[in-house]
Amino acid sequence: MENCKKIATRIRTDAVRMTNRAKSGHVGSMLSMADIIAVLYEKILKVDPKNPDMPERDRFILSKGHAAAGVYSALAQKGFIPEEWLERYYCDDGKLMGHISHKVPGVEFSTGSLGHGLPVATGMAIAARYAKSDRRIFVMSSDGDMNEGSTWEAILFAAQEHLSNLTLIIDYNQVQALGHSEDVIDLRDLKVKLEAFGWAVREIDGHNYEEIESALSSVPFDGNKPSAVIANTIKCKGIPALEDTVKSHYKFIPDEEIEAVIKHIEEEAK
Amino acid sequence: MRAVFNKVLLERAKNDPRIHMVLADIGYGEIEPFRDTFPERYYNVGVAEQNMTGVACGIAMEGNIAVTYSIANFPTLRCLEQIRNDVCYHNANVKIVIIGGGVSYGPLGMSHHSTEDIAIMRALPNMVVCVPCDNNEAIAATHAMLDYDGPFYYRCGYKGEKDIHSGPIDFKLGKAITVREGKDVTLMFAGPVGINVLHAADMLEKEGISCRVVSMHTIKPIDKEAIIDAVKNTGGIITIEEHNLSGGLGSAVAEVICDEHLSPKAFKRIALPDVNVSLIGHQAWIREQYGMGDEGIAAQIKEALGK
Repeated sequence: MENCKKIATRIRTDAVRMTNRAKSGHVGSMLSMADIIAVLYEKILKVDPKNPDMPERDRFILSKGHAAAGVYSALAQKGFIPEEWLERYYCDDGKLMGHISHKVPGVEFSTGSLGHGLPVATGMAIAARYAKSDRRIFVMSSDGDMNEGSTWEAILFAAQEHLSNLTLIIDYNQVQALGHSEDVIDLRDLKVKLEAFGWAVREIDGHNYEEIESALSSVPFDGNKPSAVIANTIKCKGIPALEDTVKSHYKFIPDEEIEAVIKHIEEEAK
Repeated sequence: MRAVFNKVLLERAKNDPRIHMVLADIGYGEIEPFRDTFPERYYNVGVAEQNMTGVACGIAMEGNIAVTYSIANFPTLRCLEQIRNDVCYHNANVKIVIIGGGVSYGPLGMSHHSTEDIAIMRALPNMVVCVPCDNNEAIAATHAMLDYDGPFYYRCGYKGEKDIHSGPIDFKLGKAITVREGKDVTLMFAGPVGINVLHAADMLEKEGISCRVVSMHTIKPIDKEAIIDAVKNTGGIITIEEHNLSGGLGSAVAEVICDEHLSPKAFKRIALPDVNVSLIGHQAWIREQYGMGDEGIAAQIKEALGK
């Protein structure tokens, strides 16, 4: 798990630096999912940086596309893209746009508007089944993504089709753009909801590498149902002053604070 | 027209295992042969057009052809962002088929009219926009759609459309078909309203006005050469479409006229006015109310020609 921690730490420090340089937002969303992304790319996804279009690769769609920088960091660490691309994130004539893009090697699908990832992943899961392929489809969602009607349309349909090759991971940090989720759209007990919709669900600590790996390497939880992993996370995990805050959704770390923030993240990882 | 579309789709699917159909609980009485012949390639996602389009995109991203199918504006407007972000941005091989373009579903009312679709679909990068006018074109357009690799909007008619082409046609995407030659003006139409255009041309012929009649079945990419030729050799163009005045065939033709610095002696767009159509009546009657019956079209052409 040391590697997972290393990758997650780099995702956090990269995200802080990239958003600082760009003066762009969503650092809280990147940091809450950092540990899950690290485990996905280190332990779970069958993908090959030398052959990013390998037909039998696992598919991963980041439906919370605004947290793209976290995935870009993982892709750079794994060798899908050059490290220097990260330095020009969000810049004129750069390679990495603010919301995740399939123009980047290793990125399966572009998102940015919420509610798009799961329907497309459901179609990919159908196509994999039709092709009699063992490849798996993973989608990362968020509180806001779970507000979208289209997400729930796909939740209904994936269960109807018994798509056991489909796994939905919810980065459940319980904060969204304008408030804590319970004050905006209170999803309450998401496990009960998803189970009622016909999914096999496991709830984990989204910052515990063992729990993340154990859950994601056990899918499908039920051979007749799609799987959902509700990862309880903390918005902006790793920057104490911003953890579990609404402002971390749009915030970037200013120049005068950045070294202290990076130092804290790296020390926490020791 | 929907019957011939479904027939050709079924025939093609027999020889092409990539073809999938993704529905949103619409198609009763038409789609059953596909469902029963290819259950492993048939999906009804329920009444959920956004998911229909997203699922179709996911299927298409894996090397398949996914056809979404519903009536009027259901498979375009409700799921427009899925068409834009998922299908068009990824250039996915998704075919968006609507049954009942324009006011085909007349008495069902405004919710079931598809009267802004051409404008919206043709504004999307990577999208082909095709509006067949009769069964002949519908058959050819279905083949062309399935042969084309990429996003495709197919605005199908409903049922009982009369033949506009009297014989075999040479159908190519982006190439208009001349239904009848004429020298005084060119009538460019898209879709089944062409039958009224043809009747209007007959009426005008008797009054000594010779009209070239052209089916502009592909609105994107538009056939520039046909427009240039019409202006040079017939002097003017009248467009006719069962669509809002804004953004459809007439606008597409006008754009070419401007871009190519053409100076037609006559130009007019005959279309539905910029209103929410709330008249209660069948398609032919609604057309008449908006000057798009045989006589209405003939009168507007004469007015445009100053006769």
